[in-house]
Amino acid sequence: MGEYVVELRNITKRFPGVVALHNMQLAVKPGEIHGLIGENGAGKSTLIKVLTGVHMADEGEIYVHGEKKVFKNPNESAAAGIACVYQELNIEKLLSVTDNIFINKWTKKGFLLDYEGMHKKAGEVMKSLGQDVDPRKPAGTFGMGVQQMIEIAKAVLIDAKMIIMDEPTSSLGEKEVKQLMATCRELKARGVGILFVSHKLEELFELCDRVTVIRDGEYIETRDIQDWTNDSLIASMVGRTLDNLFPKEFGKKGECMLKVENLSIGGVLRNVSFEAYGGQVLGLSGLVGAGRTETVRAVFGADPIDGGKIYVKGKEVHIKSPKQAIAAGIALLTEDRKGQGLVLAQTIRTNLILSSLKRHSTGIFLDEKKIEESGQGHIQSLRIKTPSIDEIVGQLSGGNQQKVVIGKWINNDADIYIFDEPTRGIDVGAKVEVYNVMNSLVKAGKCVIMISSEMPEILGMSDRVVVMRGGKVMATVERDSKHFNQEDIMKAAWGGSLDD
Amino acid sequence: MTKKKSGSGFQMGTLLALVIMCVVLSVANSNFYSYANLMGILKQTAFNAFLAVGMLLCLITAGIDLSVGANAVFCACVMGAMNKANVGSGVLMMVVAIVAGGLMGFINGTLLTRLHLPHPFVSTLGMKNVLWGMALLVTGSQIVNNFPESVQFLGKATINGFPVSFIVVIVLYIIMHLFLSRTALGRSIYCAGGNMEATRLSGINTANVLTFCYTMSGVMAALGGIVSVGRSGICNGANANLPYDTDAIAACIIGGASFTGGKGTMVGTMLGALIIAVLRNGFALMSIDSAGQNIVLGLVIILAVFMDVVRAGVEAKNRRMAAAAKQEAEEKEKVAK
Repeated sequence: MGEYVVELRNITKRFPGVVALHNMQLAVKPGEIHGLIGENGAGKSTLIKVLTGVHMADEGEIYVHGEKKVFKNPNESAAAGIACVYQELNIEKLLSVTDNIFINKWTKKGFLLDYEGMHKKAGEVMKSLGQDVDPRKPAGTFGMGVQQMIEIAKAVLIDAKMIIMDEPTSSLGEKEVKQLMATCRELKARGVGILFVSHKLEELFELCDRVTVIRDGEYIETRDIQDWTNDSLIASMVGRTLDNLFPKEFGKKGECMLKVENLSIGGVLRNVSFEAYGGQVLGLSGLVGAGRTETVRAVFGADPIDGGKIYVKGKEVHIKSPKQAIAAGIALLTEDRKGQGLVLAQTIRTNLILSSLKRHSTGIFLDEKKIEESGQGHIQSLRIKTPSIDEIVGQLSGGNQQKVVIGKWINNDADIYIFDEPTRGIDVGAKVEVYNVMNSLVKAGKCVIMISSEMPEILGMSDRVVVMRGGKVMATVERDSKHFNQEDIMKAAWGGSLDD
Repeated sequence: MTKKKSGSGFQMGTLLALVIMCVVLSVANSNFYSYANLMGILKQTAFNAFLAVGMLLCLITAGIDLSVGANAVFCACVMGAMNKANVGSGVLMMVVAIVAGGLMGFINGTLLTRLHLPHPFVSTLGMKNVLWGMALLVTGSQIVNNFPESVQFLGKATINGFPVSFIVVIVLYIIMHLFLSRTALGRSIYCAGGNMEATRLSGINTANVLTFCYTMSGVMAALGGIVSVGRSGICNGANANLPYDTDAIAACIIGGASFTGGKGTMVGTMLGALIIAVLRNGFALMSIDSAGQNIVLGLVIILAVFMDVVRAGVEAKNRRMAAAAKQEAEEKEKVAK
């Protein structure tokens, strides 16, 4: 028996083109609640996947109670006593609580399933977690708090030695969070180790014994909770040196192109207000789930809104569909390039004109000559690497696919270009080319809104930054303000206030 | 102008299959290669070719219309009911039939896009039964004959033995080919089938695009219904449960369409419809009973889809090899530098 229930030593995990984890360390004691934090993309998800056997580490060792283990798949990790409650719960809503808890571990009486026994046991486990519910009822009839407890009950049932909780409070109300914390303490008293991954600093301070900070796939440090402060945690998370990868060029600040007032979507956005100007890049910063994508989708008419006003060039607009948004001069490059940006099975030629079919028609027919000309123009100016304009878009690399989406929107000659995570998953060279597109847009007086989860990108490319958290705008920071630095923006994104 | 090399390659294969079948049948049965028999095949093809147009539009959008056959019979029966009620004008009958067919298609589209029923498989299957019942209802479950000549013209008339119905099919297929490959709406249909959400977020009203496809499918079914009245001289509501829908689907799939959407051409569908008609004709000439007919036809459909899967696999592998070779060459270049 070692000192730790689970220990990672020098774990390295590479994916094509990136090192997701490099010499990662983590050690969780029995009966300890261990916090894990890091920025978006710091490697938390990969770390969890290595622990749960979804990914195999390329280098390094995993020890469970001092014994070296290799997890080839999730079953082996579970057999070693590691359980995970994911942010997206794996609940079969139509099946009973019992079925959910006993899934794939059914107990039998003879040939038949022993439902009486399982119901009784399920009821007991749920009760021990503070949930007195009828296990015969479908899981979907209960709220998120109870559904999460069902997941925890699964872990308790297999006698898990360590439970990983990935953002467990993100979808819970205040009361449910209290209940969850009580359960965590109860599990702790039973000697279970808990790895508590959270975006909420106050929860870490309330609950955790120790906290580990990781950044850019690397282990930074672990301290006892009393040795951390809000500021030291944030400094530890962002403390990188900024390389100048950003060829930022400045346009001339023009009129207010887009004004959003009290935009609300029940449970998602709360009174979001901001302004974006021509000739400027407005950066939307925040943690994953802060409501940035939801905000721009609402502005673009992709999702219905519950309240609020949107003004384009000073005139109020009522946008109910992407078609209307495009008519109002808005373009949205979506976060999910393959799922929402491109028709992968179609050619570059077709994808480029998808949002501007009318402009490329003469009479009732598509004007193939015009399409060819503008398409070849985009291939050259955006440097899309392809054997021909008739190449299937699915065959292109991520960066070239992104350029096709950009070309599609440039064809619309919009006034407001919204780029949602425009450089995610593309190589460095292509990134610079995307930045250059933004530069030329702002220099032409267009308004660019860029959502990015990469702090250097936000600081490198934005003229102004709006920071969001939990569906609300936390702060607006001008480029010449003293708050225009990673610590202050990160502080706002984590819920702190910026004094003036 | 569809410039997909793979697509035309597939159609060459389908064309080859058709030619081989014709050669084999000519050798096997002396009656096959006669002008009268070939014209008969074209006449047989017309009905399915009409239904397959609408089916293809729906399949391209990654949907399906299982009500085309019942809709065609229903439209024929609407004309039958008018005939029974002594409406003298054949033109009026056909106009009403086309409007009725289109309306039924529009309902299919509305169920899918406005009422958000899940997959059209279910809603159009429901409509198939509704239309079957309505076909019987409007005719009082009776077979109607003695249609005016103007109604029967399309399905019956020939020019030097060449069926007028097939001339209309050729014209229609050329128009639809231009529509699908050369117009904005046509391109939108392929894109909606390839990625509905990306297409919607590109400002295309995908709900309207889908509704259009299902409405067209209804109109095509009505044209098929008119042809069937001309060919047989009667309308019979009980025919609504015959496998017309699956024949239409088979024509599209043999012609290169896919249930996953985004694929399919008019040329391919025409070849598919001809292959099915030639097969059925060959069976009849060789006195193969319906048991054998069904088994062989089923196997042909499975074979066609299987060939498509194999082809896609081979293409993907070739691309991977090419990409790997390219990468290797680039790396070598780097090393050399």
